[in-house]
Amino acid sequence: MSSVTVEQIVKKYGAKKELVTALDDISIEVGKGELFGVIGPDGAGKTSLFRILTTLLLPDSGNATVDGFDVVKQYREIRNRIGYMPGKFSLYQDLSVEENLRFFATIFNTSIEANYDLIKDIYIQIEPFKDRRAGKLSGGMKQKLALCCALIHRPYVLFLDEPTTGVDAVSRKEFWEMLKGLKQQGISILVSTPYMDEAGLCDRVALMQSGKIMSIDSPRNIIKKFTKTMWSVRSAEMYRLLNDLQQYNNTERCYAFGEFHHLVLKNDREGKDEIMNYLLYLSHHEIELQVTQPNIEDCFIELMGGTIK
Amino acid sequence: MIDTVITADKLTKRFGDFIATNEISFEVKAGEIFGFLGANGAGKTTAIRMFCGLLLPSSGSATVAGFDVYKQTERIKQNIGYMSQKFSLYEDLTVKENIRFYAGIYGIKRQLIKEKTESLLKQLNLLSEANALVKSLPLGWKQKLAFSVAIFHEPRVVFLDEPTGGVDPITRREFWNLIYQAAERGITIFVTTHYMDEAEYCNRVSIMVDGKIEAMDTPRNLKKTFNAKSMDEVFLQLARGAKRGE
Repeated sequence: MSSVTVEQIVKKYGAKKELVTALDDISIEVGKGELFGVIGPDGAGKTSLFRILTTLLLPDSGNATVDGFDVVKQYREIRNRIGYMPGKFSLYQDLSVEENLRFFATIFNTSIEANYDLIKDIYIQIEPFKDRRAGKLSGGMKQKLALCCALIHRPYVLFLDEPTTGVDAVSRKEFWEMLKGLKQQGISILVSTPYMDEAGLCDRVALMQSGKIMSIDSPRNIIKKFTKTMWSVRSAEMYRLLNDLQQYNNTERCYAFGEFHHLVLKNDREGKDEIMNYLLYLSHHEIELQVTQPNIEDCFIELMGGTIK
Repeated sequence: MIDTVITADKLTKRFGDFIATNEISFEVKAGEIFGFLGANGAGKTTAIRMFCGLLLPSSGSATVAGFDVYKQTERIKQNIGYMSQKFSLYEDLTVKENIRFYAGIYGIKRQLIKEKTESLLKQLNLLSEANALVKSLPLGWKQKLAFSVAIFHEPRVVFLDEPTGGVDPITRREFWNLIYQAAERGITIFVTTHYMDEAEYCNRVSIMVDGKIEAMDTPRNLKKTFNAKSMDEVFLQLARGAKRGE
């Protein structure tokens, strides 16, 4: 049995004149124990999808189930079986760390002690501050407490809506290590993120943009579907290089990517010599040009299909 | 025209016993893209607030656009631009109204605002949206517009606090194209980001840990120094040791 199924879900907001389609015929299936990533920028529809699956929002049409239960008709069953960490910090700021945790345990008719083994690895990191008010915690600690509160009733499916947004690279790395640990406990996890580099840490991902899913697969397979040659280029003058490569008549797409520019050609038969000659003709120097492996962000840009102005 | 747009010499800010920014020193040149990185709570925001003339330092000295951060805070405010993901435009004003409002605050003459608005809207491909409310625009357009508004008065330096959070990868790059164009015109860019690939787009990068600047150099030299493949690795090596959170 699947942990989550989504079939042709549609969700629109607003009046007729300014109708916004947040989810446009979305279908997803998440297996038991899977770590599934929903990857996309703000406005892609990630939060709407999570709200529908956590029974906080009704879809306009389509069906969805969580742990076998229907999100509309059987919302009560679902609420007992899921953990949800919204994008915005939603714990009680005036309660202490321990009070928050106890509160959530009590709501679900359980106790911290009964499920301590599940949260132990995460909770011991904030336990020294258990008497501190939640509102006084640092960003990273708030995030850990919120995760503990979402886990305290031992959910079957965990929904994490942008847990790493605005979080620095170190805390992001730590957070993903915690998720790996939870996955080993058999919990199915749906996590959304705008950071493309986090896709590689998921078993499978859905790449979302403007309410649509552009691709669903394992990160490795998504990258495999990128069949064109990806060139990485650098020279002494990076900004001029970018403009010149965008002007090149065989360029399909060229954009900055870290210390290199990534270049995809219209015609792959052309290769290193042609590009090199073009750049030398424009008197670029210290040129480095090689074939490189595309990553998820390259695939996302390819799937978006737009040009970069 | 002065060549150095920001100078900081042992700039420090204390809140009681807590040293938010601890003796930071550096210089940023005109037209430079300077990446100001650090973990949450490292003291970046406090430093930026001092440079913007919004917070008095406890000790040390600094100038921005040639003006002193203790005595000339009003002159500083006239000569800088500021934009963050959280603070940008008024949602309930139209695109044109936002431009007129911000340009007006900086004392730009009405006729000049009119002329520049036309060319700006053309450049951003927003002519047909000129009278649309800002809240109806996609996030990416908003952020690009907010940046253009922040440099409308041609400041010497613009402070960008996580300007690209949450935007799609194409818009993120279009945003950086605007940054490059502004830098080419001589506007100094002082930018914070959590995207480590964006650190690579900077001419120089500083990395703050627990209130101090632990490393500052070109991305290329930083990678050499720390024997790292990417700026992400450099950042992790330095910030892993951080003691304090946000």
